Amino acid sequence: MNSADPYAGERLKLSPFHPRQRELNIRDAWSAWNGYKFADYYYDAEYEYFCVRNTCGTYDICPMQKYEIRGNDAEAMLNRMVTRDVKKIKVNRVAYCVWCTDEGRMIDDGTIFRLANDRFMLTCGSPCNAWLEKSAFGFDEVQVADITDRLAALSLQGPTSFAVLQAMGLAGTESAKPFDILTLPFHDDTLMVSRTGFTGDLGYELWIKPDLALRLWDELYAAGGDYGIQPYGEAATNMARLEAAFIMPAMEFNEALRTVNFEHDQTPFELNLGWLVDFKKPHFSGRRALLEEKRRGPKYTLTKLDIEGNKPADGSYIYSNRRCTQEVGYVTSAMWSPAVKANIALAMIETKYLQGELWVEIYYEKELRQYSRVVKCTQKQKPFWTPARARATPPPNY
Amino acid sequence: MDRYDAIIIGAGHNGLVCAAYLAKNGQRVLVLEAAATAGGLGASREFHPGFRASIAHSVSHFSQAIADDLQLASFGFDPASDPIPTIGLGLDGNHIVIDGTKLLGAGSDDVAAYGRYCKSMHRFADVLKPFWLKTMPRIGSANFADLAAFGNIGLKLRRLGRKDMQEFLRVASLPARDLMDENFENEILKATLSWDGLLGAKMAPRSPNSAVLALLYRLSGEARGAHAIAAGGVNALISSLRGAAEAAGVRLRYNADVARILISESGDGLSATGVELRNGERVEADRVISSADPKTTFVNLVGVQYLDIGFTNRIRRLRCDGYVAKLHLALSELPLFDGLQQPDGRLIIAPDMDAIEFAFDDAKYGESPKNPVMEIVLPSLHDPSVAPDGQHVLSAHVMYVPLKLQGGWTDAARDQMCERTIDIIARYAPRIREQITGQEFLTPADIERQYRVTGGHWHHTEFAVDQMLMMRPTYGAAQYQTPVPGLFLCGAGSHPGGDLVGGAGHNAAQVILG
Repeated sequence: MNSADPYAGERLKLSPFHPRQRELNIRDAWSAWNGYKFADYYYDAEYEYFCVRNTCGTYDICPMQKYEIRGNDAEAMLNRMVTRDVKKIKVNRVAYCVWCTDEGRMIDDGTIFRLANDRFMLTCGSPCNAWLEKSAFGFDEVQVADITDRLAALSLQGPTSFAVLQAMGLAGTESAKPFDILTLPFHDDTLMVSRTGFTGDLGYELWIKPDLALRLWDELYAAGGDYGIQPYGEAATNMARLEAAFIMPAMEFNEALRTVNFEHDQTPFELNLGWLVDFKKPHFSGRRALLEEKRRGPKYTLTKLDIEGNKPADGSYIYSNRRCTQEVGYVTSAMWSPAVKANIALAMIETKYLQGELWVEIYYEKELRQYSRVVKCTQKQKPFWTPARARATPPPNY
Repeated sequence: MDRYDAIIIGAGHNGLVCAAYLAKNGQRVLVLEAAATAGGLGASREFHPGFRASIAHSVSHFSQAIADDLQLASFGFDPASDPIPTIGLGLDGNHIVIDGTKLLGAGSDDVAAYGRYCKSMHRFADVLKPFWLKTMPRIGSANFADLAAFGNIGLKLRRLGRKDMQEFLRVASLPARDLMDENFENEILKATLSWDGLLGAKMAPRSPNSAVLALLYRLSGEARGAHAIAAGGVNALISSLRGAAEAAGVRLRYNADVARILISESGDGLSATGVELRNGERVEADRVISSADPKTTFVNLVGVQYLDIGFTNRIRRLRCDGYVAKLHLALSELPLFDGLQQPDGRLIIAPDMDAIEFAFDDAKYGESPKNPVMEIVLPSLHDPSVAPDGQHVLSAHVMYVPLKLQGGWTDAARDQMCERTIDIIARYAPRIREQITGQEFLTPADIERQYRVTGGHWHHTEFAVDQMLMMRPTYGAAQYQTPVPGLFLCGAGSHPGGDLVGGAGHNAAQVILG
C-alpha cells in the first residue's frame, strides 16, 4: 500500500454490498457489527420497517458469522454441540438451533444449513471460532472453516419478496418451503437461496460469492423497483423481530461465554426454547444440566406481553400487583407495534408468578418532564406477528 | 459370555488395589492389562539378559492401611520396611545424608535449622494428612459430607494457631528455592531437600506456587516423605497386590489391550456397559473402572462425542508432559561412589538448586539438558533377583528430559542423552563405565509408548495446585465418578494421585461400594 494508514487494522471492514448501500444510506447512520460497517438505518427506521411489513426490504447479513463444517464426523460433532437432533436435518434444509455450556446456559443461537451429508454451514450472530474449535477436538474427520468473508449474504424480507425473486427469473423459488435451500444458476456460478429470515414474515436469504454480490444487488433492485424494495438496517430489523418474538443477544439473552455473574445467562427453557432441546438424543453438551433444569422448571420464563396504553415499556420492571410491591421480572424488549397495533414487549418473568397478574411500571418523558404509570400486562402465547403467507407454499405473488 | 460386576482397565498398582477391594466385597472383577505382566510403571521387565528394572524404583508412601486391609504382608510385601537414606552426592565425596530427621555432612547451623524445618514442615503436612484415603468434597455442593470435609480442612488449619496458620499459607505457595534459601546454607542440602517437591513434575526450584505444596503433600503421607525399598523392591509390592487380588477372586487377563469403552445410548442417556479389546472381543460389565490416565480414558477410550464440550476441554488441557527419563544400567559389580561405603539409599545428583533450574531451563524450551540432575537407586541391593549373582542394576530418574524434544526424539538424540547422563554419574563413580554390561535409556516419549501413559508422565497428570485434591483430574470427575454413568476412574490421575500410593484405587473402590 502506498498511503500508509496507521489505523488500517482498526478500520471497519466493508461488506461486498457496501458500494450500493453507501449510496442509499442518505443519513450516514452507520454502526458496526462483528467488525463490519453496518447500517442502523438508511433513511428512516420506521419507513424501512413499513417496507418490510408492506413491500420488501434487504438487510445485509454479511457480518453474520458463517462457518463451514465438513467431514465424515461433521454431523456427530454438531450433534454433540447443539441441543437439536442434527440427524433429522435433511440435505438442503435449515434448522434453528441453540448451543449451551456444560451447565446448560445458552452460548448462542443460530442456523444450521445441511448442504450435503457431510457438509454443513452454521451461522450465528457472534464469533464462535473458539467454541467450534473446542467442539471439534477429538473428532478425527471434521474440518471447521470460518467462511464469513468468503460468502456474501443478503436477507430479502417482506410480502413482495417472492414476487421480486420471480421477477428476477429465479425459477424454483415457488416450490421452496420454509427452511428449504435452493441452489440456482447465476451467471455461470451459483446463487444459494434459503427460505429463512429474522422478521417472522415471508422472506429469503441469498448467499453468493463476494465478487458477484453487486451483480446480485443490481438485478434484485432492478426487479424490485415495482415492488417497493428498500434497504433496511438494524433498527427496523429489531422492530420486526420483536413482533415475531425472536430473541436477540444482549437483549433477551446474555451469551453464556461472556457472562461473568452467576446465572446472569439463560437456559433454553428460560427463553421458551425448550422445543429445541431433544432429550431423545442420548447425549449432547449440557444434556445432564438441561434435564435437571427441565425437571426443576426454569426459574425465569421469557414471556410475550400485550401492555395497556401506548407507552413502550423499555427497561421496565414487572410486578405481581398494581402497588408494585413484588418485583417479578424485567422487560427485555418493548415497542409500540404498528403492524399489530399493540403495545408489545418480551419480558423475563419468574416462572412461579406467571399464573397471577402482571403489572408494569413504565417511565416516559414528555418535553423534559418524567412521568410514570403502572399498567396491566396480558400474556400472549403466540408471536405477535404471524401472517399465513410466511408459511404458504407457493407463497402469494403480489 | 462371562458377565462381570466390574471391569478394570489396567493392572497398575491402583487398578490392582481397586480390584482387590471390590473382589473382597463380593464383586466379580475382571482386570484387563495390555502388557504381558501386571504392574504398569511398577512392572519390572528385562532390559538386558538377566537384568530387570521397573520405572518406579522406590516406594515412599504406600498406605499401611491398604496393606493391612489387603493383607499384603502375607503376599510378600511389608510397607513398614526401614526407610532408606537420601544422599545428596558431593563431587569431593562430601555428601549430605538425610535419614529421617537426622542430617549428616552439613554444618551445625544447617543441622539445627533442619530440626526446626522438619518440625514445622511435618506440622504443616499434617493439615493435608487426612485426605490421602478420602474422596474429595465437591465444590459448590450442599451435601453434608462435602461441607464437613471442607470444614475439616478449615478446622485443621485453624488448629495450627494464628502464627502457624499464617506461616502455612505463606509457605505452601512458596517456590522451593525461597524456602530452602530461608533455612539453609549448604547448596547440596538445599537441592536435595527440594528434590521431592519437584520429582516427576514440570517444575524447578524457582517455579512459583506448587513445589512446596507438592513437597508438603508427599510429607503428609503415612511415611512422612521417607522413601523405602521393601525387601523384594517395587516388584514385591506389585506381586503382593497381584496375589491379593487373585486370592480375592479377581480375574486378571494380560495382553488384553482395551480399544474402547462401550457406551450404550438410549433416551435415558448414556451408560458404560463394557469394553472392546483391540482384537474386537467385547466384554460386558455393570461398570467400567479405568486406571488409565484421564486423557487416554476420556479422549481415546470413551470418545468426546459422549462428553460435554467444557469437560472435554478441561481434560484436553490437563498438563501431562513427562519430564523424567529413565536410565537402567546392568553392572558387572557393585558401583563405588567416591566417599560412600555402600550406595544404599536414594542418591541425588544435583550440586545446587541452580543446577536443577538450568536443567529445567533447557527442557522447558524443548532441549535435552546439558547437565541433567538425577536420582539413583540400586534396586539389586534390595531384590537380588533383578540381576545375576554379584551383579547389579542401577536405576536413575533423570530430570529434566522433555517429552517433546525439538526435532523429535531420534536414536541418536536418545544415545547422546544417555551418554551424557552416564558421564555425569562417572564424575561421582569413576569406574562406572568399565562396569556397564548393558544399558537402556527411556525418554518420556518411550515411556508414553511402551507403558501407554499420556506424555510418559508417571503421575498421569502434573502435580500442581490446579490439578490436585478436588481438582484432580478436573471437577466433574474428581470423585472417581465420571460424567458417564457406569464409568469410574481409579488411576494416578485421580486424587491423591501419583507415586506408588494406592490411594486412588482404594478411594475409587470405596465410592463404588458406597
